[in-house]
Amino acid sequence: MNTADQYLKAIYLIQQAEDGPAATGKLADRLDVSPASANEMIGKLESRGLAEHEKYKGVKLTDEGIVRARDALQTYCIIERFLANVLAVEEFRSEARELEAVIDGTVAERLDTIIERRPECPDCFDPEDDACACLEVTFEEETIAD
Amino acid sequence: MSVGHSVTSDHQLARLLQIGIVLEEVVEARAHYHYQSLAEEDRDLDDEIESLLEHAAEESAEHRTALEELIAGLEADSVPFEEIETLVEAQYGQTKPEDFDGILYDQLCNEETAYKFYDDLIKAIEDSDVEFSIDRPTLLSVLRDLRAAERDGVERVTTIMEERA
Repeated sequence: MNTADQYLKAIYLIQQAEDGPAATGKLADRLDVSPASANEMIGKLESRGLAEHEKYKGVKLTDEGIVRARDALQTYCIIERFLANVLAVEEFRSEARELEAVIDGTVAERLDTIIERRPECPDCFDPEDDACACLEVTFEEETIAD
Repeated sequence: MSVGHSVTSDHQLARLLQIGIVLEEVVEARAHYHYQSLAEEDRDLDDEIESLLEHAAEESAEHRTALEELIAGLEADSVPFEEIETLVEAQYGQTKPEDFDGILYDQLCNEETAYKFYDDLIKAIEDSDVEFSIDRPTLLSVLRDLRAAERDGVERVTTIMEERA
């Protein structure tokens, strides 16, 4: 997932949570980047027709941006689910965040063929928990000694 | 969440190599099931596809070994691959392509996906200035060889598809 897709995903999640535009500060916090970097990328997304910036309000995605963001979120969900259910990674959230930049959507699609994912994905993603709300994590009790 | 494309630790590198092994498992299992799905008479009729699938399965097994050797040199735990193999086989056993075109197309997707994975991984390692437990030139050399093999695989399948078009 490239950097632009990571921004789109973050804007989408903030937008959903706030039910309105994503403030630049919140976006920068979520991505752990400087507000200047966030502004620079917002400009790029705007020029590609993926986002619109409203002065003093923040950024919101265009329809095309939303489609891309949902694809990116789905890729992220696949990575989380793959790490949790196939590789039994306990810290699957933090590892997914580290790996998402290196795992392309086409690779995630292949990983998707060996996991059980709900049809409602990515709508089941819970931004507060930073994971799919219906992700069944069974290894927590089993791998205490890990 | 961090924004960036580089590999920043032994642990992260090991995890990515494990994902590479799973992808290779998928290719191997998929090729195996495709081969099994060919009727006896079709196997005789189509040596070209039979040989392609055999080659894909053998090559993926070799790639897995190469990736496992890299992981062994890192300070990271390994993964129970027997379980993954069972899972991959269980999932792939349920679906079969309908004809030779389906087999070829699926094989093309496998090779292209693996190529993309190695290509992204190589770039992410090149972008990183972290010192890994394993020798960086050796790591990159192995991964570049794997990428080259996948590129050859894409060309091989594409050539067969074009000849049959």
